[in-house]
Amino acid sequence: MNKLLIWYGELITGKKLIKRGLLFLTPGMLWLILFLVLPGLILVVVSFAGRGAYGELVWEFGLGNYKRLIGYGIFGWTPDYLLILWRSVWVAVVTTALSVLLSYPLCFYIARKPPRTRYLWLTIVIIPFWTNMVIRTYAWFLILAPDMPLAKLAAFFKFIAPGMPLYPSAFAVYLGMISMFLPFVALPLFSSIERLDWTLVEAAQDLYASNTRVFMHAILPQTLPGLSVGIILTLVPAMGMFVVPDLLGGAKYMLVGNLIQQQFGTSRDWAFGAAISMGLMVLTMFSLYLYKRRNKDIDLL
Amino acid sequence: MKGLQLRGINKTYGNVKAVEDVSQEIHSGEFFTLLGPSGCGKTTLLRMIAGLELQDSGTIILEGEEITALPAIRRQINTVFQSYALFPHLNIFENVAFGLRSRKVPGPEVDKRVKKTLEMLELGQMTKRFPHQLSGGQNQRVALARALVNEPKVLLLDEPMSALDAKLRAQVQVELRRLQQKLGQTFILVTHDQDEALVVSDRIAVMKDGKIIQFGTPVEVYESPKNKFVAEFLGTANLIEGTYHDGQFHTELGIFELEKPPSWKKGLIAIRPEWIRISDTKPDKNGIRATVTEMIYRGTNLDLWLSPGPIRLRTSTYKNIQIGDQVWLDMAPKEIAVLNE
Ligand SMILES: Nc1ncnc2c1ncn2[C@@H]1O[C@H](COP(=O)(O)OP(=O)(O)O)[C@@H](O)[C@H]1O
Ligand SMILES: [Mg+2]
Repeated sequence: MNKLLIWYGELITGKKLIKRGLLFLTPGMLWLILFLVLPGLILVVVSFAGRGAYGELVWEFGLGNYKRLIGYGIFGWTPDYLLILWRSVWVAVVTTALSVLLSYPLCFYIARKPPRTRYLWLTIVIIPFWTNMVIRTYAWFLILAPDMPLAKLAAFFKFIAPGMPLYPSAFAVYLGMISMFLPFVALPLFSSIERLDWTLVEAAQDLYASNTRVFMHAILPQTLPGLSVGIILTLVPAMGMFVVPDLLGGAKYMLVGNLIQQQFGTSRDWAFGAAISMGLMVLTMFSLYLYKRRNKDIDLL
Repeated sequence: MKGLQLRGINKTYGNVKAVEDVSQEIHSGEFFTLLGPSGCGKTTLLRMIAGLELQDSGTIILEGEEITALPAIRRQINTVFQSYALFPHLNIFENVAFGLRSRKVPGPEVDKRVKKTLEMLELGQMTKRFPHQLSGGQNQRVALARALVNEPKVLLLDEPMSALDAKLRAQVQVELRRLQQKLGQTFILVTHDQDEALVVSDRIAVMKDGKIIQFGTPVEVYESPKNKFVAEFLGTANLIEGTYHDGQFHTELGIFELEKPPSWKKGLIAIRPEWIRISDTKPDKNGIRATVTEMIYRGTNLDLWLSPGPIRLRTSTYKNIQIGDQVWLDMAPKEIAVLNE
């Protein structure tokens, strides 16, 4: 342990090296334990507790909350909560897929620009982040208001009654979600596309590849690292999103995020809220697992 | 009509004339090399033949059919890229099968043709491996196989050996030459390496600043360079300046007899270091008395620098020589190349 060794050009003893490593590691570990691991464990415990008459936690442990989550209530079985869970997954997947679909052309367009304007364009993509998420979502109220062109157009085609806004609706939720998450896909994807080796594209073309084949074999594999980062950065938070569906979807389009928020807020049922959170976490982990299994060759976490 | 014709090809990038008025005939079944220093437009010309770059003007005719306006996917031409550009996520078999699969060749035939090509290039054992698991030389052969399996009418190679080490390169050059002769296919190679060009080619076109300045067999361009650039770019040459009158070439080093009178009054002649013979006695013609000033031992031969001049000489026979020795140089008229431009 006390033998001298050379560590990246520095002459040092093994003991000192370990000490230094601990010094660097401790703050981060403490932070994680204090604010992630402990609350997580508390959440697990709470999810098995019950609710008192006035919304206080009752320390009687059982599987009641989980039974309720999968639909067994006092009035028999209902799929309500499972439906919300399923809908959340669906919204997250669709949001992610549409963001990816929009990001590819966007990134190629920006990557083709000369370097100076390129960063201007990227800034434009990021600018929405300079304002608060709630304010940005409220902005959609304005855009989707009854006397704005979008709503008028929708009314003209008889999608909605004239004089009605386009919210709350599933359409508004997707619009809000995609505008929220597009940069999370576009930015990592852009970093991959910017470094794209175009000779592979030319090689594919030289070998008679159709456009689909060029994309599948020359572009997709090269952009996969950026794409997977983008997908995870979108899929995971999109599953738990509550501001956008709350404001733009209202009661019509409740997602699991809203459900959890309700439990910890108006319903005052912390134990059930914790159980839903656990359910969401399991669902997220499961999606990531599926995703990782399909893309074995990329490192996710 | 067989072969490939380039007619008046031009290509400009901004204000750089990358390729300027290139007209060249490439015969069917020949190994043709574009040789020139870096930045002279070789790659650009090759890419226009491949259909990966559009010329500003000019026509390209392949086997009597104009292909000027056809994109790469519609040209029966395949390329071995300088970086090989193998698909990293596909194994060797699938890399080689790529072109056939693009053209929807039936599975069993793909199998047969890919296997045959891989066998031919001694890659039969590697089919399941991925490009990153192979050495540079093996990847180069995969790139070659991937292009050849499509049986292109013309195979283009852009500096395919630049990533190999010197020894392997020399070996691969000979193999490439043999392969081309065996297949009898048209190969067009781009290189800046004159040794490589001489070893592999049936004909060489020497390029400079976007123009082809001389073309011919390796012997023609090496032994009868047209101008100073070609003489110096292909190997080394002693360039001697002088004037021609009274049937003789008068220079600072002495008076020379030439085989044929040059087309000019004042100009340059070239003589390669290995064409000069060294002797103790005065030769009949074109003898020059010189002193050895520097010796470089190269194993297979000895390089001498002599004054006046300085003249460079390469000998593999004369061993008992020392710096300061006075010798006779024999520059026989038939060894002297007259530069006509
Ligand atoms: N895509 C391009 N854009 C601008 N200039 C280019 C481009 N490709 C080549 N050039 C210029 O054209 C000239 C010839 O290039 P290239 O054909 O690559 O030369 P070589 O292959 O002989 O080294 C060079 O001056 C190079 O800078
Ligand atoms: Mg080049």
